[in-house]
Amino acid sequence: MAKDSRLILDPLTDNNPITIQVLGICSALAITAELEASIVMSISVLFVMGVGNVVISLMRNIIPSKIRIIAQLIVVATLVIIVDLVLKAFAYELSKTLSVFVGLIITNCIIMGRFEAFALGNGPWRSFLDGIGNALGYGIILVIVGFFRELLGSGTLLGIPVLGDPIEKTGLYATGYENNGFMLLSPMALIVVGIIIWVQRTRNKALIED
Amino acid sequence: MGLKQNLHNFKVKNRDKKWLPGFNALFTFLYTPNETTHGGTHIKAADDLKRTMNTVIIALVPCLIFGMFNAGYQHYLAQGLIDSADGFLGASFWTWDNLVIGLWKVLPLVIVSYGVGLAVEFVFAIIKGHEVEEGYLVTGMLVPLIVPVDIPLWMLAVAVIFGVVIGKEVFGGTGMNILNPALTIRAFLFFAYPTWMSGDKVWVHGAVERDAAIAAGENLDAISGETLLGYYAKSGQELTIAGTDTVTTYGERAADLYSFWDMFWGIIPGSVGETSKFLIIIGGLFLIFTKIGSWRIMLSTVIGALVMGLIFNGVVDAGWIGESSKFYGLMSVPFWQHLIIGSILFGAVYMATDPVTASQTNKGKWIYGFLIGFISIMIRVFNPAYPEGVFLAILLMNVFAPTIDHYVVQGNVKKRMKRLKAKVA
Repeated sequence: MAKDSRLILDPLTDNNPITIQVLGICSALAITAELEASIVMSISVLFVMGVGNVVISLMRNIIPSKIRIIAQLIVVATLVIIVDLVLKAFAYELSKTLSVFVGLIITNCIIMGRFEAFALGNGPWRSFLDGIGNALGYGIILVIVGFFRELLGSGTLLGIPVLGDPIEKTGLYATGYENNGFMLLSPMALIVVGIIIWVQRTRNKALIED
Repeated sequence: MGLKQNLHNFKVKNRDKKWLPGFNALFTFLYTPNETTHGGTHIKAADDLKRTMNTVIIALVPCLIFGMFNAGYQHYLAQGLIDSADGFLGASFWTWDNLVIGLWKVLPLVIVSYGVGLAVEFVFAIIKGHEVEEGYLVTGMLVPLIVPVDIPLWMLAVAVIFGVVIGKEVFGGTGMNILNPALTIRAFLFFAYPTWMSGDKVWVHGAVERDAAIAAGENLDAISGETLLGYYAKSGQELTIAGTDTVTTYGERAADLYSFWDMFWGIIPGSVGETSKFLIIIGGLFLIFTKIGSWRIMLSTVIGALVMGLIFNGVVDAGWIGESSKFYGLMSVPFWQHLIIGSILFGAVYMATDPVTASQTNKGKWIYGFLIGFISIMIRVFNPAYPEGVFLAILLMNVFAPTIDHYVVQGNVKKRMKRLKAKVA
């Protein structure tokens, strides 16, 4: 069905949760100094959103609407704790880098937003696709930002030096190039996200709001 | 047919070309265009944007020339090749040797700043299809004056691109920017390449290379060209004075490092153009006289700095802070001396008064300037990581300037409403 594929593809481009809806900015700024952290964060959110949307969708007819936020919070909190424990068990260093931001997935506006806007009114399969799509849309921006911040800020990608050794002055550093420390600070992440938004809206003028 | 007519015909012939704004910008540097607007009401005034900008540049030229001489003077002085000049007209200051070093180091900064900045302006004008704006003329002159003399040129180029694009063009170009582009450029450099923007090496030409030579095994004395604020920032740490066995602390050394008159005339290490308080005051008076710069902002910035200095002096006098505190050194500096240390005057005269990013209302200007001075000194004293806080304070207040204006205007509206109601009733 053509409509189902749009559930995944739209959030990747013209309805991106970060660049269009401007949600989930906090974690996008905080943990994108390294590409690896961005990828792990994206996968975590992918898991939480995919499963969470399905669970909420299955329960949508039994949740009283007055307490639905609490019900949603319990679901997302449970999933986030699973992610947190898995990370602590199998990738302890990374979980220290991500620190509180794994826990803060609970408050990520994208997740609550999709629960409210989509899963409460749609069946499990479509909710699953919607969750996956939005998490991928979130993830793709995180990975782009993480790529540029790690490359320009530390001269590495996934921890592997790609521009030479800054101390031994090999590779690009031999020409006098230096890492851009500003890239490692959160304000620069905001600016990189801003530039992505700028490029996207320049290419597709229909996205520009008044 | 003269050259002007030829150029005009050329322009008419290429009316539809995309690159025409680029041509127009260069053309209007040379000639007043032939076409004038017809009909409607016009105000005829000579002080257009280009004239305003040029006035500021004239006010900056003495600082630039002084900066060139100072670059050479600091270079030779640090190497021990000349004696201290002892004052503004000292024999070893205004020499050809000094000027040559200055031209060699400072002119490339000016060229890169203007070249890259204007290139960005041209590109944006062509993409957006409007005339090239003159906004970069002053920024391009300010940038070389507020960076250390030894900054690598490619860093400056990257920073200029960032500053002009993110600081100005994304908001809609000249006149629409929230932040002062020159300070955006400096802030970018400061956070991106801190080793080239602070510390005791970058302020004197040759100190960095000398360090590299020492590391390579050559038997030379290291050059230290620390600024006074740099010394104060490291207040509590121990320091061995070069050539002697005397061990003291950075804080104590700072107190007798430079004399008042050295700092006033500006023959000290620092960013290229901000050292000479004397020439900055002259430039400031010139701006006030030509009514380009706002005297309210300049005066209130100075008052703000003095008030903060007085508060700190009061804290020291009251004995609330011990000599062992790392803040003691700067807090105990006599309040009026804060004006001749660092770049507060340069910021007050040339940066805070930027008509685009400053407050527009008269009352707002007082508040805006006062807070700049107040916060500058606060950052200077309390945050050793930022030995100089002037640029941060001005950027912060740039952001708040529209808010200040809003409340000043609303306050006025309210006052007049009250008066109106009283009259009606």
